[in-house]
Amino acid sequence: MSLIRGKAFVLGNDVDTDQIIPAQHLVYNLDDPQERKLYGQFALSGVPIHQSGLPNGNLPFVEPGNDLSCFSIVVGGRNFGCGSSREHAPVALQMAGVQVVIAESYARIFYRNAVDGGYFIPYECRVSLPQEIRTNEDLEIDTGANLLRDLSTKKEYPLSPLGDVSAIVAAGGIFEYAKKHNMLGR
Amino acid sequence: MTLTEKIIAEHAGRASVRPGENVWIRVDVLMTHDVCGPGTIGIFKNQFGPDAKVWDPFKVAVIPDHYIFTKDRHAMRNLEILRAFAKEQKLPYLYDANSPWYKGVCHVALAEEGFTIPGQTLFGTDSHTCTAGAFGEFATGIGNTDAAFIMGTGRIWVKVPETLRFILEGALPEFVTAKDVILRIIGDIGADGATYRAMEFEGDGIRAMDMEERMTLCNMAIEAGGKNGIIAADEKTVAFVKARTDKAFTTPASDPDAAFAGTVKYRARDLEPVVAKPFSPANVAPARSLKDVKLDQCYIGSCTGGKLEDLKAAAAVLAGGQVRTRTVVVPATVSVEHALSIEQIRGRTLKRIFEDAGAKIGPPSCAACLGGPPDTFGRLNGSEVCLSTTNRNFPGRMGSPDSQTYLASPLTVAASALKGRITDPRDVL
Ligand code: SF4
Repeated sequence: MSLIRGKAFVLGNDVDTDQIIPAQHLVYNLDDPQERKLYGQFALSGVPIHQSGLPNGNLPFVEPGNDLSCFSIVVGGRNFGCGSSREHAPVALQMAGVQVVIAESYARIFYRNAVDGGYFIPYECRVSLPQEIRTNEDLEIDTGANLLRDLSTKKEYPLSPLGDVSAIVAAGGIFEYAKKHNMLGR
Repeated sequence: MTLTEKIIAEHAGRASVRPGENVWIRVDVLMTHDVCGPGTIGIFKNQFGPDAKVWDPFKVAVIPDHYIFTKDRHAMRNLEILRAFAKEQKLPYLYDANSPWYKGVCHVALAEEGFTIPGQTLFGTDSHTCTAGAFGEFATGIGNTDAAFIMGTGRIWVKVPETLRFILEGALPEFVTAKDVILRIIGDIGADGATYRAMEFEGDGIRAMDMEERMTLCNMAIEAGGKNGIIAADEKTVAFVKARTDKAFTTPASDPDAAFAGTVKYRARDLEPVVAKPFSPANVAPARSLKDVKLDQCYIGSCTGGKLEDLKAAAAVLAGGQVRTRTVVVPATVSVEHALSIEQIRGRTLKRIFEDAGAKIGPPSCAACLGGPPDTFGRLNGSEVCLSTTNRNFPGRMGSPDSQTYLASPLTVAASALKGRITDPRDVL
């Protein structure tokens, strides 16, 4: 059980992987620590600027020239992460410092990549949080109680339990999970 | 069980599975390309060790296709990583860029090279891997971590999806194509209407389609959030596959009493040419309702709309006319490119027809379907408006963040190229 705290960055529905990391940046080597940082720098750089950081928009997720964002909790609407299977998308969010994404629903490949790669925790919340939460508010997630607290408004929201994938999330990804269960021996 | 459930059960070594269950299954083919291959290889080496061997070199297809004709040094370096890995692992199926074996767009290449086989499982580091469901197999897209896991073990976990069934009754009217059918379906059920579900297509309208049309249909299952698209194999499938591989296979189909999460019926004669407006493939409207949209570019290419039949359809429309806007044609693969110089319509090759009409033909690859590095053929600049035979029109998808992409069939794109505005093909021919 633990508490995760951070500032909220709020987006809308159907945030696709081209918005999370535009295709021209997919050339950087994920295994080179310096190049990998570039994914943080360009995370969410494809989001149309008026929708970036709702409700007001016009806020880049990462300040130009930085590779870390000051927002560590991304809040989205429906169908978050739709589109391509590029694992560069969850990596980009992780490299920018994201610890948790909370969305009403996910596209499955993105969700699966986040879980199996252990990049951050993808929570679902039945409430449409983009109507409720404003960018820059302080959030706290109680992973034991599956609860989201908006410390700025003092409101609480239930998060859907991680269910089947909780063991993989807890292990930190599919490889860690498989090692724990001796599944890698052939 | 449904077709998808049957294939998963068989590959899990089980008599049956139920939707919602998580099961570990055997993988028959793993495909990767230049954008996701290097990351997959990195994770594979990290996790299994520097001397690890892939589980079965004959089951790995490496098909660089995304960033091939560019000077981008990172992109070139990625091709080098694939090359070195294939050499080290003695992988027989690397279709290397700048080599006589180069193919082009991976999903079309997989079919051409006999990797798409009924009853099998195919995983690829590309979301449009679902294209191969057209051959009656379970095919889906995964990320680098899952692909690395498969590389080392030949296995992966899947949550058994429920199946949504789409029945197409009757043959399609003239000028209405598989692309119009799938856009209409996505428009009806929404961009997340099939999230984590299998989309199975059946009916006499589907059986009347050739394999390439079926590929177009399954290709866009992911645009509705689908886990996979699938069409049970018939004699057309068997003939296509047998001409390309000598591997033995079975042709499972859904049981008559299979439980579907839902069934949607379409009468083919009610369908018409449609277009998906920016910025979602689900934002669908009749082509005729968009006559006022002026176009800066028409784009004919990709795994969805750059196959030989797609280019034939486009050429038939363009034959004898002149394009009124910049028009680019990107054959999906080298074989398609080659066929452009052989296939003829009324005594002229397709290549000649495109050139005479004023269209520009680019080398086979993904090209501007996903934007790509700034020097990519067909990439959109500024606030250009494009009508494209591709599958995605998200913000910035084809290049410039201010550009706009509309999606349509090759017939509609070709008809629109002749007018410089979005045009229903029935209104030109
Ligand atoms: S043609 Fe487009 S959709 Fe198809 S694999 Fe290439 S980039 Fe992806």
